[in-house]
Amino acid sequence: MSAVTPDQKELIPSVDELLPEPKAGGAHRRREWVDLLVGSLRFGRTRVGLVIVVAIVALALIGPYVAPHSPFATGIAPDYSGPSAKTFLGTDGIGHDIFSRVLCGGRTVIGLALAATVLAMIIGVGLGLLAGYSRPAIDDVIMRLLDVLLAFPQIVFVLLLVSVLGDALWLLVLGTAVSHAPRIARVARGATLEIVGRDFVRASEALGVPRRKILVGEILPNITSPLLVEFGLRLTYSIGLIAALSFLGFGLQPPAADWGLMIEENRIAMSVQPWAVFVPVMLIALLTIGTNLMTDGVSRALIGIDRDTGAK
Amino acid sequence: MNDYVLTVEGLRIELDPSGADIDDEVTLSIRQGEVLGLVGESGSGKTTAATALLVHERRGVRIGAGEIMVDGRDVLALKPKELRRIRGGLISYVPQDPSMSLNPALRIQTQLSEILEAHAFGSSAADREQRLEEMMAEVLLPSDRAFRRRYPHQLSGGQQQRVALAMAFACRPAVIVLDEPTTGLDVTTQAHVLRTVEDLTHTYKVAALYVTHDLAVVANLADRIAVMYAGRLVEVGPKTALFGAACHPYTRKLLEAIPDLTGEHALRGIPGRAPMPGHRPQGCFFAARCSDALDKCRAEFPPYDGPGDDHRVRCWRWQEIRSRPMFGDQPLLIGAGPACVTDEEALITVRGVKAYYGTHEILHGIDVTVCAQRCIALVGESGSGKTTLARAIAGIHPGKIEGDILFRGRRLERDSRARPKESRQHLQYIFQSPYGSLNPRKTVGQILSQPLKQFFELSRGEMEQRMAEALELVALDDSLLGMYPDQLSGGERQRVAIARALAAEPSVLICDEVTSSLDVSVQATIIELLAKLIQETRVGMIFVTHHLPLVRSIAQEVTVMSEGQIVEHGLVGEVLENPQADYTKRLLADTPTI
Repeated sequence: MSAVTPDQKELIPSVDELLPEPKAGGAHRRREWVDLLVGSLRFGRTRVGLVIVVAIVALALIGPYVAPHSPFATGIAPDYSGPSAKTFLGTDGIGHDIFSRVLCGGRTVIGLALAATVLAMIIGVGLGLLAGYSRPAIDDVIMRLLDVLLAFPQIVFVLLLVSVLGDALWLLVLGTAVSHAPRIARVARGATLEIVGRDFVRASEALGVPRRKILVGEILPNITSPLLVEFGLRLTYSIGLIAALSFLGFGLQPPAADWGLMIEENRIAMSVQPWAVFVPVMLIALLTIGTNLMTDGVSRALIGIDRDTGAK
Repeated sequence: MNDYVLTVEGLRIELDPSGADIDDEVTLSIRQGEVLGLVGESGSGKTTAATALLVHERRGVRIGAGEIMVDGRDVLALKPKELRRIRGGLISYVPQDPSMSLNPALRIQTQLSEILEAHAFGSSAADREQRLEEMMAEVLLPSDRAFRRRYPHQLSGGQQQRVALAMAFACRPAVIVLDEPTTGLDVTTQAHVLRTVEDLTHTYKVAALYVTHDLAVVANLADRIAVMYAGRLVEVGPKTALFGAACHPYTRKLLEAIPDLTGEHALRGIPGRAPMPGHRPQGCFFAARCSDALDKCRAEFPPYDGPGDDHRVRCWRWQEIRSRPMFGDQPLLIGAGPACVTDEEALITVRGVKAYYGTHEILHGIDVTVCAQRCIALVGESGSGKTTLARAIAGIHPGKIEGDILFRGRRLERDSRARPKESRQHLQYIFQSPYGSLNPRKTVGQILSQPLKQFFELSRGEMEQRMAEALELVALDDSLLGMYPDQLSGGERQRVAIARALAAEPSVLICDEVTSSLDVSVQATIIELLAKLIQETRVGMIFVTHHLPLVRSIAQEVTVMSEGQIVEHGLVGEVLENPQADYTKRLLADTPTI
């Protein structure tokens, strides 16, 4: 008697609440974060950000293969010569072709920043989940230790690390990641605390599901959205930080081609050869603006801000 | 008929961009001093219709057509400034949840005098001061200064709702709209609030619209009742006519879905679901769920008709339905097992259990026994400790526990993780709200596989078969396996939660208020299902509820709890018909019945 027979079911729509209206994509929805990314594309800023990021990343990836000259070749034109048909942006103080160096110098910044951010997410999310789903004592220990790290300005922390342990590239990545981790952990912990109180976590506990599985299987899928926003934000900071470290001489060493390094090498000659500084600066700036615009779009989609009204 | 204070004619409310109707053809009227109960299930559009009387259009919703006359004025034609003046003055509103509607940062005195000032009530501050005191007295709250200077969080739920009532009655309105003002309150508090509403409406000759999902609540309060289904009024009539000889099949089914304290008639659910805006079929919207539907019903929505001006119904077959006797069915007899005596026979024995939150003792020495194929109901108001007891038995109470909890004579640890796997498997807990107990990021299949992976070594094929079996037990189709919880209705979600518990093949099911977040018609189907499960799977059941009438339909024994103690225990019939404890008597007296 209580059964819903199949033919009755067809007459009945599968949406429970009156509002919002069922969305067309509702039935084949997979994962929330995919929805979120797709949803964020309705904002102009996300699309602009995406175009910028894709363009610069493509430039950095394809650049080395299409560069007209080797980035290390000298004497293609006289030192500090201006733009010409042979050297689009002119040459620097030791006769490198600036255009070729720009094309080849993006990989490191982008690659290192991405690696650092991914590593930071792994450390930060891991610690945040653990803190949020542990006894208060353990939670406190984890979070207070992270607070100590948080007390160092990021760049000071990484500089301290590389000046003590040497300036290997992996140390730059690790240092940047560790300096990001406490901030990510805070976000992850906050999101976790909200989920931990829900009954489905209690249900899994009552079934005796191991804590590790509850963390990864029950809680993590429910906090992906805020973490996605955090990832974008941290990526932006990582790009800036890695570029700054290169500029300070802790990244690749001359004669390697790298945007941050180029700025440092050429800043003294800015009045005679502005392109060697201006172009890398612009590319780094645009890249951070691009990632930031995308992140902003995603976070707007997350809290449901309407494009037209700007209200919730 | 000029004594109507409020008349609504052909009101249509629609979703804003799409134009799909939430409500349509709503026509009703209320006389001075009369209470009209507007009854409908969640999603029926009753609150939308009620708030439209104050010309309120929530975001994404607009009033499409119709006429609303309050005290002879066409309120839909008013300008925003004039509207502000009549809202709270001529027509006022009591919201569902006072803890949300009162400003937590303002003293209640400030909020009350705000209303009077906004409507320039009286001629001086002294006048208003006097009215303020009067208002407090009318809603039976202390009117002293100290009390009035309190903040909302310093009041109990019932007191907060009284403040909301005082605000609504402050400027002596002609019409008052009450939107489920007692939902979330205990029966005793509810009874007090209902009495206050009744007194005030009669004293001030106010026309009141009382919106509720619970027919029993308005059974005493209302003079007339309007039943709403999928945005249409299907039956409007005097209370006696409606309860005595309802003309619409939905009204009848709704009445049958209400748990009956006396146990004279069977509890029957309404299978299926009401069609949502934008998905409404041709013809009568109820036809798909109606056992009396004809071809004509599927083709054309019936017009208002009925036995009289005061009793109107929208059904093609109302005359025939009216002549049938009400409540034809006899109560279901649950094939319960015998009561058990020894600890070994009993599934669960609770002996002298005390439970704590921190250092605070919540339960003060509880004894309970659960036997196979029998259901024991734990009844009490919020704060009585019934959920704490259920959670302590299930091993998910976070605090300290003293005393013994035995499963088949063997003592259990406090924490379910420390208990043997076997007892974790055999004790299954079903949570109050299926909206919280199912992980929104997992499919039904993933949810059901959890207990199976935990307790059994199964191949993929066996696993799928077990999942299908579990769904079949709760009358769901295995096509749901790939769906996410938010694609299911509340009733379907709770069935999935029950299926998850059954998949573990338990011998004890602990049901914690499992129907309290569901509509009455869905509640009835879940109760039917649980009663059937007791019989078919021979589980012992602990059924926690605050709703006494439900006990009749499911349990053999009942334990009444108050403030962490058992005040009465016995067979259901004995306790409900001949209660011994004063607390039980009061609870029974305050429980609204039809």
